[in-house]
Amino acid sequence: MSDPKTKKVKLSGTSATRLPHKVLIDLYGRMRSIRAFEDKIHDSFLNGLVYGTTHLCQGQEAVSAGAIAPLIDGDYLTYTYRGHGQCIARGMDMEAAFAEVFGRSTGVSGGLGGSMHLTDMDLGLIGSFAIVGAGLPVAAGAAMTCQYEEKGNVAMTFFGDGSTNIGAFHETMNLAVVWNLPLLFICENNLYGEYSPILSTTPYEDIARRAEAYAMPSDIVDGNDAQAVYEVVSRHVERARRGGGPGFIECKTYRYKGHSRSDPAKYRTDEELASWMEKDPLKQMVKLLMENKILTQKEIEAIDQEISAHTDMAAKNAAEAPFPTEKSLLDETYATTPLKNFG
Amino acid sequence: MEITYREAIVAAQREALKNDDRVMVMGEDIGVSGGPFKTTVGLFEEFGGARVRDTPICEEAFVGAAMGMAVTGRRPIVELMFADFMGVCFDQIVNGIAKHRFMCGGKVMVPLVIRTMGGGGTRFGAQHSQTGETWVSQFPGLKVVCAADPSDAYNMLRWAIKEDNPVIVLEHKFLFTRTQDVDLDAPISADILTPAVLRQGNDVTIVATLAMVERALAAAETLAAKGINVEVINLRCLRPLNMEPILESVRKTNRLLCVEENHSTGGWGGEVAARTTSEAFDYLDAPPERLTLPDWPMPYSPELEDAAMPSADKVVETVVAMLT
Repeated sequence: MSDPKTKKVKLSGTSATRLPHKVLIDLYGRMRSIRAFEDKIHDSFLNGLVYGTTHLCQGQEAVSAGAIAPLIDGDYLTYTYRGHGQCIARGMDMEAAFAEVFGRSTGVSGGLGGSMHLTDMDLGLIGSFAIVGAGLPVAAGAAMTCQYEEKGNVAMTFFGDGSTNIGAFHETMNLAVVWNLPLLFICENNLYGEYSPILSTTPYEDIARRAEAYAMPSDIVDGNDAQAVYEVVSRHVERARRGGGPGFIECKTYRYKGHSRSDPAKYRTDEELASWMEKDPLKQMVKLLMENKILTQKEIEAIDQEISAHTDMAAKNAAEAPFPTEKSLLDETYATTPLKNFG
Repeated sequence: MEITYREAIVAAQREALKNDDRVMVMGEDIGVSGGPFKTTVGLFEEFGGARVRDTPICEEAFVGAAMGMAVTGRRPIVELMFADFMGVCFDQIVNGIAKHRFMCGGKVMVPLVIRTMGGGGTRFGAQHSQTGETWVSQFPGLKVVCAADPSDAYNMLRWAIKEDNPVIVLEHKFLFTRTQDVDLDAPISADILTPAVLRQGNDVTIVATLAMVERALAAAETLAAKGINVEVINLRCLRPLNMEPILESVRKTNRLLCVEENHSTGGWGGEVAARTTSEAFDYLDAPPERLTLPDWPMPYSPELEDAAMPSADKVVETVVAMLT
C-alpha cells in the first residue's frame, strides 16, 4: 500500500457496531455458510468429486455477504467463475449447488454447467461467467429490465480487479452512466488477476479511480469488513432504486487459495497470506459480535455447528445423487417455441 | 403491397413494437437518425427513445445487455451496423447468448434478435463486406437466417421476434432497394425457414443465400436461353439446416452447385455438399461444386471487388462446365 499511485485506504479494524444486531448475525451466517461451502468443495476436489477445476473464494466472504444482504426479491446478479460465494450468500440451495459442482442430475443446472456456471433465476442469480468481464454487459441488460419495469429493482455485478482491464468492463461502465442504469458494480480487488499481481497489470491499486473517469459515484471499502461493505453498498443500492443511477464499490480483499485448483499460488509470500488471514472476515465479525455482547462464544459455536452440519449433509446427499445419463440434450440447447407465440 | 427490402425490415419491427411492450430496438444511430441504412426509419418518432434506443459504439456491451434483458423477460432486437462487427461482440454471441440456456440446464430462455447487414459489392472494403454467415452458423443454441428478398426480410424478422431462442438475422446491403409484393398480414410462421425453390429445373440444383440468390436466378435466365434448366433454391436458414428440399431437388437434377459469398474453407456450401454426398450419393452424376469468394480479403477497387464476388456469369460458366 506504499505505492505513491495508491490512495491511503483506511481499513476499518473497528469493533463498533453500526448496524442492527440481527443484520450482523445474518452477515455472519452468510459468511460462515460460504466458508463452509468452499472448504467442503476443496475437500471434495481432493476426494475426486469435483471435475476439471474450481475457483474458491475463501477470504472474500465479506464482499458477497455484505453486498448481497441489502438486495431484495426481484434484484438480479451476475458474477464470475469464482462465484460460489455470491450464490450461497443469495440463498442458493446448497445441496443443488454441490450437486452441480459434482456433475449430478440434481444440480442447479442438471450437471450441464459445473463449478463455473451456478445459476438460479428464481433468486435472480443470472449466472457465473467463465469469460472474464462477460457478466458485466449482461448485468447492464438486467438493469435495463429493472428500469423498464419501474419496480425499484436493481442489478448487481461482481468482478475482480483483473476484469477491469478488459473492454467489456469499460463499455459497461460507460453504458451504465449514459443510460443511468440501476446497476451496482462490485469490484472484488483481491490484488491478483489470476497469477499476476495487480501492479504488474494495472497502473494503480485503487480500481475505483476508473469509476471517476466515467463520472460514476464510487467508494473504496475494506472488503474484509462485512459491516462496512453492507453500509456502503446499501447507500449505493438505495440511490439506484430511486433512479439515481449506477454506483461502483471497490472492496479490498484477498483470496487464500490460488486462482484455480491448478495454481499453488507460489507468486506470493507466506507473510502476505498470513497478514491477510489476520484480517479474516469471519474472525473480524466474531470479534465484533463478542466484544459488543451480541452473541456469546457458545452461541457462535452453535451457529457454526448448525451450518457445518447442514453443509455436510448437503454435500453428502449431493455426492449420492445420480449422474445424468447419456441422452439428447437438444431440449436443453433450444427452447421449443409454443405455437401460440405466433398468434 | 409493393415494398422495399428496407421497408420490410422497418415494418416488421414496427409491428412488434406496437404489439408487444417487451420488445425494444437498440443499435448505433438507429433512433433519431433512423439507422445508417434507414432500417428503423420512423420508429423513434412513434415509440420514443427508451424503446428505440441509440447506443454508444460498444457492441460487446449492448449485445451482452440484450442477453441480460432477454433472460429477465424482455424481447430485445439489436441492430449491428455491419455484420463484420460481430467480431467485436463474438464472445457475447458464442460464449454467452448461444450457450446460456444450455448451461442453465435448459431452464432459461434467451429470446433476442440480432439483425445485421453484411456482404460485398458495395465498395466498402475488407472490414465492411463480410456476410458473417459462417461465423455464427457453427454454434448450437443459435438460429441463423439469411434474408434474400423483401418477403424474407419481413417474414423472417417477424418470426425471429416471436421465437423463444436467440436468432441472428443476416441481411445484405446490396438488397436494400429491392422491391417485392409482400403480404403484410400473412401469418407469422416458422415456414419461412424452409428452403424455397424459386425456379424449377431438371439439370442442376443451385443453392444460394442472400445476394447470391438473385445472381443465381439471373444465371438461370441465361442458361435457359442455352437450353439448360437449373433449379434455384434459396437456402434461407443456416441453423438449423433443413436439407430435405435440397436432397429432393438433387434426386431430380443429380447435380449440386452451392453459391455463397464466403471463403470456401468452412463455408456452408461444404456442409451442404457433404450432407448431399452422404445422403444422396447414389443420385449424383457429378461431384458437388461450390462457387465462393477467393482466398483473399475483399479488395476495395471496383474491378477487383467485382472479380472476387460470385457473379451470374460465373454461375453460368460453372453450370456449363458441370454438364460438359
